Amino acid sequence: MQAGALIAKGIACRRGDRILFAGLALSLAPGSALHLVGPNGTGKTSLLRVLAGLLPPAAPCTIEWQGSLAYLDGRTALDEHLPLAEALSFWSALDNSPPPPLERLGLTRLADIPVRYLSTGQRKRAGLARLIGQQADHWLLDEPLNGLDAEGTALVEALIAERRAAGGVVIVASHQPIALPGAQVLDLRDHPA
Amino acid sequence: MSGTFPTLLRRDLARLLSGGRGGALLPVLFFLAVAMLYPFAVGLDAPLLGKTGGGVLWVAALLAAILPLDRLIEPDLELGMFDQWALRGISEEGVIAVRVLAHWLSFGPPLMLAAVPASALVGIGASTLATVEWGLLAGTPGLAALGVLVAAITAGLRGGAALGGFLVMLLAVPLLIFGAGSLSTGGEAGIALTAAVSLVLLAITPFAGAAAIRVGRQ
Repeated sequence: MQAGALIAKGIACRRGDRILFAGLALSLAPGSALHLVGPNGTGKTSLLRVLAGLLPPAAPCTIEWQGSLAYLDGRTALDEHLPLAEALSFWSALDNSPPPPLERLGLTRLADIPVRYLSTGQRKRAGLARLIGQQADHWLLDEPLNGLDAEGTALVEALIAERRAAGGVVIVASHQPIALPGAQVLDLRDHPA
Repeated sequence: MSGTFPTLLRRDLARLLSGGRGGALLPVLFFLAVAMLYPFAVGLDAPLLGKTGGGVLWVAALLAAILPLDRLIEPDLELGMFDQWALRGISEEGVIAVRVLAHWLSFGPPLMLAAVPASALVGIGASTLATVEWGLLAGTPGLAALGVLVAAITAGLRGGAALGGFLVMLLAVPLLIFGAGSLSTGGEAGIALTAAVSLVLLAITPFAGAAAIRVGRQ
């Protein structure tokens, strides 16, 4: 792990005809965190998706992760018509992992409720349950605090701290203030094309 | 990850068989309704019905296969399922291949069963029914692959469901020509050609569908 958990060089991203950012280099040690900031449309989500391998970068670049990745955005990736616990169990079966800790996420009472009846904040918590259940090494979080109450925010901060304590890298794109002790802050406006 | 594909198949089947909006029952009811309406439309002319009934069953099967089109790919794209699979290293090709199998299981065998009562409704004999059944066995896998492929290509487009239905109808013409054609020649050649078209569609769909989904991410 001496080489770092994430080493990336020369990342560029294009949306349509517009280059959002270019020549971005990242080096993150195990246990570190990166907070992506900047106004809408600067490419925070695009950078997360490029790092996750979901979006092809605009130019050849190196992105090397040591370990597995989990990604959370505004979508739950849970079947809408299924009860929450059942929808989560699909991912547990795929990941060969134990069911996520519903109690800690405040979801115990909702285990039998179909996902489509959950509120915005409850959906976010359900998404977090899926994220934790994956037991991946590193987390990529796109606006993880959207729709969460103060208690939920504290919960997300605690979960991130735990993941980092376990040696994981956490990259967060967030407009809201989020407590990430010792995190690097990256403003994508500093890397224009 | 030995259990990946069985887990995917189980979810796909549960979703397609029962996941709201009629599930697998709707295409079967649609198929039977067409078979029931046909004699009303052309009148009780037994020789005419016997001659054309098999073809009507083929058209009804094709139309019934279009009904689940908007449930095949689009909901999973909206939920972000494909992104989560990609993160886990589960290829889009594998997901699409499993989806084709699940889609076929949810409408192919039910339609073949429904063809038995439907054959009585349109007044075709046992030998014609046998040809229809063999033809459906050869042709429905191709229809399933075509449905998934078109659903993957049109997912995320506005009015994608209507466009998708239209595309399936156009692209299913070879299946229909050979499948329904086997009725007039009474023979194995038509069924073999139907199976050949099905095999081509089955071979293309995982790769073309996966490519469509990856392009859709950008």
